[in-house]
Amino acid sequence: MKNKLYSDSQLFWLVVLRVAIGWHFLFEGLAKLSDPEWSSYFYLMDSKGIFAGFFKMLAENEQTLNIVNYLNIWGLILIGLFLMLGLFSKQVTIAAILLLSLYYLSHPPFFNLDYALPDAGNHWIVDKMLIEILALVVLLVFPTGKEIGLDRLIFTKKK
Amino acid sequence: MERRDILKGLATMPFVGALFYGWYKKNQLDQMITKAGRKEVDLTAYNPIVDKIVSGDKPLNVGIIGVGIRGTQLLSGAGFIHPSVVENWRKSAKNNPNDHRYEEYLTQDDLNIRITGVCDIFDVRAKKAIESGANINRGGFDDKMGVAPKRYNTYKEMLADKSIDAVIIAAPDHWHGTMTIAAAKAGKHVYCEKPMTWTVPETYEVVKAVKENDVVFQLGHQNRQNDSYFKAREAYEKGVIGKVNLIEVTTNRNSPGGAWVYNIDPKASEKNIDWKQFIGPAPDHEFSLERFFRWRCWWDYSTGLSGDLFTHDYDAMNQILDLGIPHSSVSSGGIYFYKDGRTVPDVLNSVFEYPERDLSLVYSASLASNKKRGRAIMGHDGYMDVGGKLKIFADRNSTKYKEDIKNGFIKPDIPLYSYAPGQKKADAITSATEQYFASRGLLYSYQGEKRVSTTHLHLKDWIDAIRTHRQAACNVDQGFEEAITAHMGTKAYREQRKVFWDADKQKIV
Repeated sequence: MKNKLYSDSQLFWLVVLRVAIGWHFLFEGLAKLSDPEWSSYFYLMDSKGIFAGFFKMLAENEQTLNIVNYLNIWGLILIGLFLMLGLFSKQVTIAAILLLSLYYLSHPPFFNLDYALPDAGNHWIVDKMLIEILALVVLLVFPTGKEIGLDRLIFTKKK
Repeated sequence: MERRDILKGLATMPFVGALFYGWYKKNQLDQMITKAGRKEVDLTAYNPIVDKIVSGDKPLNVGIIGVGIRGTQLLSGAGFIHPSVVENWRKSAKNNPNDHRYEEYLTQDDLNIRITGVCDIFDVRAKKAIESGANINRGGFDDKMGVAPKRYNTYKEMLADKSIDAVIIAAPDHWHGTMTIAAAKAGKHVYCEKPMTWTVPETYEVVKAVKENDVVFQLGHQNRQNDSYFKAREAYEKGVIGKVNLIEVTTNRNSPGGAWVYNIDPKASEKNIDWKQFIGPAPDHEFSLERFFRWRCWWDYSTGLSGDLFTHDYDAMNQILDLGIPHSSVSSGGIYFYKDGRTVPDVLNSVFEYPERDLSLVYSASLASNKKRGRAIMGHDGYMDVGGKLKIFADRNSTKYKEDIKNGFIKPDIPLYSYAPGQKKADAITSATEQYFASRGLLYSYQGEKRVSTTHLHLKDWIDAIRTHRQAACNVDQGFEEAITAHMGTKAYREQRKVFWDADKQKIV
């Protein structure tokens, strides 16, 4: 019998958080997948702040735009699916943080930037994107895949 | 491995199943909504001139009369930009990879024309236009220039020159009719800026001169080249918005430039401006730099809001709905903000009635407020917002869409159809986020496809019409309707009464 890492309720809510974030990613990815007209073009071209040039550059080249679209859709789907299932939790959580950071930096709610994404409300530095990133960081330091998730089946040593 | 390990390992699986089920249901509903939208709106019209290849005949010799703000834009649309502008664009493109002006200019179609004549009564502008006309390789100062266009001191001298095939007229309004008539009589094809005329009587004469001399006439309403108007017309004809009863068009400006208070060139003086020629058919007045540069502010040279700005909207609506000349017009307004000595109003509201069409056309303008009001065509089953973009909404009380709205397949607050020129996609259903970006005025120049200026296309259409002996997109008949309608709006304002169009006698009464 292993030492118990978390109390039952700690484990329960950590897994709920993980599944919820996974759900958020997976559904977003699937919605984009099922819209044949979807492109990250508009989002990238709307980029503001110090990295706007970089994001616009990605959007303006057809090839890089295609790659970005492809990586974004399948990144969202796989990250979401794996987070929900608790598969390769650590790597997937890091990937999720990186992906969200790109979104965050493309529209950073920094000072003097009187600009907000459509449904984002009023923010300064801390917006919902950052909260989700931080939630993922919490999941990274309180991993649950090996407790509840496929990682348990893969990484648990056979007795 | 224990049974409890397997259970814990797979514990979250049901959520994945639930999510996929939800996605499947959403997809089904989306498809039904899309199908309902596409069933109603499948617009395929577009401007064929964009793809048309410029004919390889010998180059046409074109002269330009008047190279102020608009004349310079027309030269650029024709392919002739001043080397200093090219150098600025090059520099700017180097520093800012998102600045595509230079690249766009280089890829603009060569119309196979030469600017061989320039006529401007202000020496500084004439010199600049000559330098632009010589810039046949679209280069900077170090690039090879072509033969410089000849400067003519009067438009009559230019028209007398047999080597000139066609003229672009971008002189002030009070000259449009006079110059067009003279040019047509001289056998020159004419591209004339809007409005077609400054007075009512000359309107008839322009039509007569153009038709009798069989020249190709293009009125400068470049909206005629915009795909969104082609599609709006198709939607109207297909009855997408049902029976139209009200059209509302607006002008919303709030800057000195927007109110015609243009900069006065510090180099300008009585010495380098031919004032007598400026006055021409207008009432005599002592030399005034203000009047020369800001002529739109005085009835002496201008047609005011009705002629300068309403004509854009009117022609767009005429293009979409074949409105023709209204039955009547009333107007009111005043000089409410720019009390700078001008005689034309800065706030104007005109209503034009089309009883035979069962509709009213309303024009409302302010030069001192930016409150954004669009161009709306309103019907019983829906309405269109027409501009650079086209958006069509179903009306929540529409008869036609009643069932689809009830079933949730058509949502009155989401466009039934939306189209933004330059974007490859013209889809029936647009996502909320995308609508938002579009409404924020995302610049379509950034689209992978090439953006083309409508002014350039309008000139291309004119040149092509000359070469293929056909009518141009905004011909003299449409110009007649434009001018008479604008004059009715002006007359109603200036005479403070309701004016009527007597269709039998072809007269404003």
